Amino acid sequence: MTILLFGVTKDIVGSPSLSIPTSSVSGKSIPKTVKELKVFLGNTYPELNKLSSLAVAVNNNYAKDGDAINSYDEIALIPPVSGG
Amino acid sequence: MSYSSRYNRQENLESFGLGKQYKLLNSRVLVVGIGGLGIPVAQYLNAMGVGVLGLVENDIVELHNLQRQVLFTEADIGQSKLNVALERLKLQNSETEFKAYPEFLTTENALKIIAEYDIVVDATDNFATRYLINDACVILDKPFIYGALHAFEGQVSVFNHENGPTYRCLFPEIPKADEIPNCNENGVLGVLPSIIGSLQALEVVKVLTGIGEVLSGKLLVYDGLSQTTRKIGFSRNPQNLKITALEQDYGFSSCVNVPTITSENFLSLKEAVQLIDVRTIEEFEKDHLENALNIPISEFSQKLDALNFDKPIYVMCQSGKRSALAVESLLEQHPSTKVFSISGGMNKIAEICH
Repeated sequence: MTILLFGVTKDIVGSPSLSIPTSSVSGKSIPKTVKELKVFLGNTYPELNKLSSLAVAVNNNYAKDGDAINSYDEIALIPPVSGG
Repeated sequence: MSYSSRYNRQENLESFGLGKQYKLLNSRVLVVGIGGLGIPVAQYLNAMGVGVLGLVENDIVELHNLQRQVLFTEADIGQSKLNVALERLKLQNSETEFKAYPEFLTTENALKIIAEYDIVVDATDNFATRYLINDACVILDKPFIYGALHAFEGQVSVFNHENGPTYRCLFPEIPKADEIPNCNENGVLGVLPSIIGSLQALEVVKVLTGIGEVLSGKLLVYDGLSQTTRKIGFSRNPQNLKITALEQDYGFSSCVNVPTITSENFLSLKEAVQLIDVRTIEEFEKDHLENALNIPISEFSQKLDALNFDKPIYVMCQSGKRSALAVESLLEQHPSTKVFSISGGMNKIAEICH
């Protein structure tokens, strides 16, 4: 599953996109919802947990925490940006 | 200068024409912030023939603004952005009616100012003002055109347009001070604000004249490095349209989270205080408080030995922004210093003293 990163999330991860496994041989759980994805990413990149408003888009639509995600979905993390 | 020749490239444009041009001429647009975004917005709306332009800004031109705020020149450094912009924009189009607000948008003035306009352009550089504009526009039922930047990226959307979603439907909570870096900390490539500001100006024209598809319910995310744009659809949360009053505090001072003192309280201090003015030498020479020592912010961190750390240190500038940055950097190096930024700076002090 590919996750596109924008704004400060790109800086936190240090790359414009991120791949996460969609099947697990090690028995580790794979995120099935937006909320699980946020937790999964927050464990790897704790700085992401600090963001109080972080929009997650699934296939170019704003997704809620409970929405399901699949391996073929295109996911983007979109934080607010402040510069002018 | 005849009106018909001035706008004929627009009037001859199929699906725009004289009718839409009159709509622009009869429109009132408020631009909040005359910086990287606000400059292209104001220049293009002025050029295209918007009837009334309101401009809100209370900062001065600084050297580091010039890489992106292309209306200003080196000769303008130390001058009020608003005055310089007004002078240039009047030369650009003498038919526009300008309303200048030499202040920052606050919870005290926002509703009164915004009520006079058809549409608001958010060209600010901080979350506090963006959320304030959002809430004021929801209360007054005005659409607003959002634009914001991060490094090589930008975001554009039209909020609160014909009952459409708002900024809070996308980002419900105001980010805390240390979450998201601003342009000062993070940097921005000079041309980016001009691209995003131009997109905002286009959305203003679309909303005012009814042409095209307004970017409502969609967030445009632009990435300059890959030249890609992406539109993210989002819907409104009816709760966010129920705002009936502004919040008490949008966290204005938390842009940089440092100890501050109000101008009123500072002026009422009886003892001889240690006051550092971090404005440029030119600004300082023009007008300064009697007992102030001038250490321009550009030299501040190298000249800390000029400070007496045994006494409280009060730091001021024109508006309170640079002094907050100076205090922040001082506290990084000397965390236990008793130091305060004077909020509102020279602008507020002059207001109180006159």
